[in-house]
Amino acid sequence: MKKTLLIVSIVLALGATATAQSNGTLLLNAAGATFPYPIYSKWFDVYHNLHPNMQINYQSIGSGGGIRQLLAGTVDFGASDGPMTDEQLSQAKFKILHFPTVLGAVVPTYEIPGVTGELNFTQKALAGIYMGQIKKWNDPEIAKPNPGVPLPGDDIVVVHRSDGSGTSYIWTDFLSKASDGWKSKVGMGTSVNWPVGLGGKGNEGVSGLVKQTPGSIGYIELIYAVQNKIPYGKVQNAAGKFVKADLAGVTAAAAAAAKEIPDDFRVSITNASGPTSYPISSFTWLLIPAMISDVAKRDAIKDFLKWMLTEGQNYNEGLSYSRLPKPVQAKEMKAIALIQ
Amino acid sequence: MSTATTIEQAVPPAPRSRTFIHRLRDGDEVAHVLTLVFAALILLITSMLVYELWVNSHLSRAKFGWMFFWTRVWDPIFGNFGAAPFIYGTLVTAIVALLIAVPLGLAGSIFLAELAPRKLSDSIAFLIDLLAAVPSVIYGLLGIFIVVPIMRTKLGPALKSALGFLPFFQGPNYGVGFLTAGIVLAIMVVPFIISVSREVLLTVPREQREAALALGSTRWESTWKVVVPWARSGIMGSIFLALARALGETMAVTMVIGNDPKISASLFAPGYTIAAVIANEFTEATGDLYLSALIELGLVLFLMTFILNGLARLLIVATEHGGGHP
Amino acid sequence: MMSRLRLMWRKSLNNVMLTLTGVAAFAVVSVLFLILGYLVWNGGKSLNWDFFTKLPKPVGETGGGMANAIVGSLKLLSLAAAMGLPVGLLAGVYLAEFGGKMFSFVIRYTADLLNGVPSIVIGIFAYSLAVLPVRHFSTLAGGVALGMMVIPITVRSTEEFLRAVPGSMREGAMALGASKWRTIITVVLPAASGGIVTGMLLSLARVAGETAPLLFTAFSNRFWSPGWNQPIASLPVMIYTYAIAPYDDWHRQAWAAGLVLLALVLIANLGCRLVLNRRGAIRSV
Repeated sequence: MKKTLLIVSIVLALGATATAQSNGTLLLNAAGATFPYPIYSKWFDVYHNLHPNMQINYQSIGSGGGIRQLLAGTVDFGASDGPMTDEQLSQAKFKILHFPTVLGAVVPTYEIPGVTGELNFTQKALAGIYMGQIKKWNDPEIAKPNPGVPLPGDDIVVVHRSDGSGTSYIWTDFLSKASDGWKSKVGMGTSVNWPVGLGGKGNEGVSGLVKQTPGSIGYIELIYAVQNKIPYGKVQNAAGKFVKADLAGVTAAAAAAAKEIPDDFRVSITNASGPTSYPISSFTWLLIPAMISDVAKRDAIKDFLKWMLTEGQNYNEGLSYSRLPKPVQAKEMKAIALIQ
Repeated sequence: MSTATTIEQAVPPAPRSRTFIHRLRDGDEVAHVLTLVFAALILLITSMLVYELWVNSHLSRAKFGWMFFWTRVWDPIFGNFGAAPFIYGTLVTAIVALLIAVPLGLAGSIFLAELAPRKLSDSIAFLIDLLAAVPSVIYGLLGIFIVVPIMRTKLGPALKSALGFLPFFQGPNYGVGFLTAGIVLAIMVVPFIISVSREVLLTVPREQREAALALGSTRWESTWKVVVPWARSGIMGSIFLALARALGETMAVTMVIGNDPKISASLFAPGYTIAAVIANEFTEATGDLYLSALIELGLVLFLMTFILNGLARLLIVATEHGGGHP
Repeated sequence: MMSRLRLMWRKSLNNVMLTLTGVAAFAVVSVLFLILGYLVWNGGKSLNWDFFTKLPKPVGETGGGMANAIVGSLKLLSLAAAMGLPVGLLAGVYLAEFGGKMFSFVIRYTADLLNGVPSIVIGIFAYSLAVLPVRHFSTLAGGVALGMMVIPITVRSTEEFLRAVPGSMREGAMALGASKWRTIITVVLPAASGGIVTGMLLSLARVAGETAPLLFTAFSNRFWSPGWNQPIASLPVMIYTYAIAPYDDWHRQAWAAGLVLLALVLIANLGCRLVLNRRGAIRSV
């Protein structure tokens, strides 16, 4: 008993004094979306090397978590894959600004016995599959744009995300635009009432399930597919072309939408116009309070945003994220002045 | 002169007032009060927990009332929430897990406590204790990489051909589902059963075994009819621990159960548990009703644990026939 | 004749059942070895000196490790032990030595209920207790969450093994004039220490691997976390974050972290057993 007490008090003392924080270090805490976590961790690390007395600690607890922590005031800023709704904004005691940071895309991946090439998917096909109305792989809606591909008569096993996620948000946003039936029956969000299908946890869960289940289809983030060399299909965009997701196609989608981008940057760019636009693309946002009382923190955040919009964007492509289109970057630069 | 010896008390009993402060001077009273306070602390913590759950779920309770228990829909977009599929999934996976883990765990602990040479038994028990520390996420990954493919390609078809006439083993088999989740849970809770049961069996006094053997019983008979009943309450305790873990497990389950909020008789079908859906959706949930519904699910799980524990204890009392140490 | 048949039956039942227990133990042990082996194989591949000394690096950059997470887990576990073990121990003593029938039943039942609460709900509760009021995440809050989870198993095993101490020992001490509390501290507790420590180690092992309760309390931290009042990294949260990420390098680090976590628990277990054996825990056999 005495020994334990001694050990415990030593540990407590050590913990309190060890790794004492050097004077002048500013620590910012942020939380939110999982999708941009890799690029954010890269940015915050590079920025820390440029400004050694600044530590930005970002944790990916999910977009919803980020929004909630921001509203509760336990973090300095948040991040979300979907823009905050009016209802959420009204719950905040302070004004919140949205700043798009990178672009991402969601791609359909599948595992069909006998099929090795890339499939073309119409919007109706994807919506029909996920609603459970299209049940077999050799359905005409799937076969039509894929002449010559030996689609079997097997049942389609649908896989979706079980955890609430920005990826689901983008996917269901797209399906809502692709099909009125989907919009009225299921809707869009980070978690929905999926009509059919198995739920996999995280991109890992979905791709794992798809890989192991013959006849299955799922959706995953583009960077996940690229990093893990997972084959994925092409999706038909609003202009009728079948586009395979890549960094350029995603930026094209954002550029097409950039003309009508609202001042608060809360916009959905799925199903964007333009022949090269990839239809399942999206911004991801940083959520910054408009009024920051701590001067040091405010200046730090503003400085980081400026860096992010200029230098930071150069790191995007290395990690398979798309750059922000120039007009959006310019508009955001002006918006930084709104932070006081 | 009397030769009787008298025992004199070292400290003659002084007349003591029995006020609380004076009672405290007595070491035993202090010990009593101190330990009582800590025991009551457990009650306090749990009550506060339930209170928080109750208060934070009031939106959902107000809107759905008792319907919450048998509504089968879980729709965050249109604000329609029901607990039925999750209650079902939680119960099924826990039952499957215990059906596998209890016989295995008990048998294994008997072997380790009674039959195995002491050194071997200690080393194995040591390693088994380690399993309790394996993070849930890793069990989940192992489940995905190992259990799910085996279920889909070997175990599932085998069960189907042998027992396919039962509704439990019909329907399509994806590899993920109730049965897989139950198996993974069983692996996770077996260490608790073996570890605690083994320790308890080891405390059974030697005389008990020897008495049975002296009366001519076989090794097995002395173990099963004398030693195990003596250790009954400890073994039941370990099963309670296992049950509790099985009910509340999140990460590992969500990776192998298919996460589909539906009720089906087939064990091959995908399902969903309360703990899994809370873990999956809580971080992303925005919207007061949504959050409230998730927290109400937590309350429902608490209620289920309450009832299941009660039933299990009734079972013990009902089957008590003289076993167990005084 | 009948009695010989009956004897044969009993003998063969004996052999069958004893073999079955051996089979069961073998099955469990082989699964265990499979899991440990898988972990060692996958984790060992990615372990290097950097892992123990460096901070995490963003993806795409090699090197980097989980030094802060290792220290973080140690700090969190010591907090959890400091907060939860005494409660469990003393409550167990109460239930075994002092308790009245009704009240003890209620406490026991409540401890079992607490054990069944999903770890994420405990995390949410600890969040409302220890994070919201002060508006920031902290090591302390993480310790509170884990500490709550340590209590039930400790209580149960403490009570169980205290009860297992034969009455003769207690009576012997009392006959020598020891008061009740003296008996408990000097005779009963040491006798039961083997089982009690097993229970404590088991409960600590369990919370060592818990992720969900830490997500909303200790949060996590890319950097070192001085003191007890800031967010702190921990091995389970790092495993969780890395395991679900798209990058192979991070996957390998996740396995390595799992291995390190297990090794930490192993060392703690070993340490405690050594201390115990020296004190001579009493068992019946």
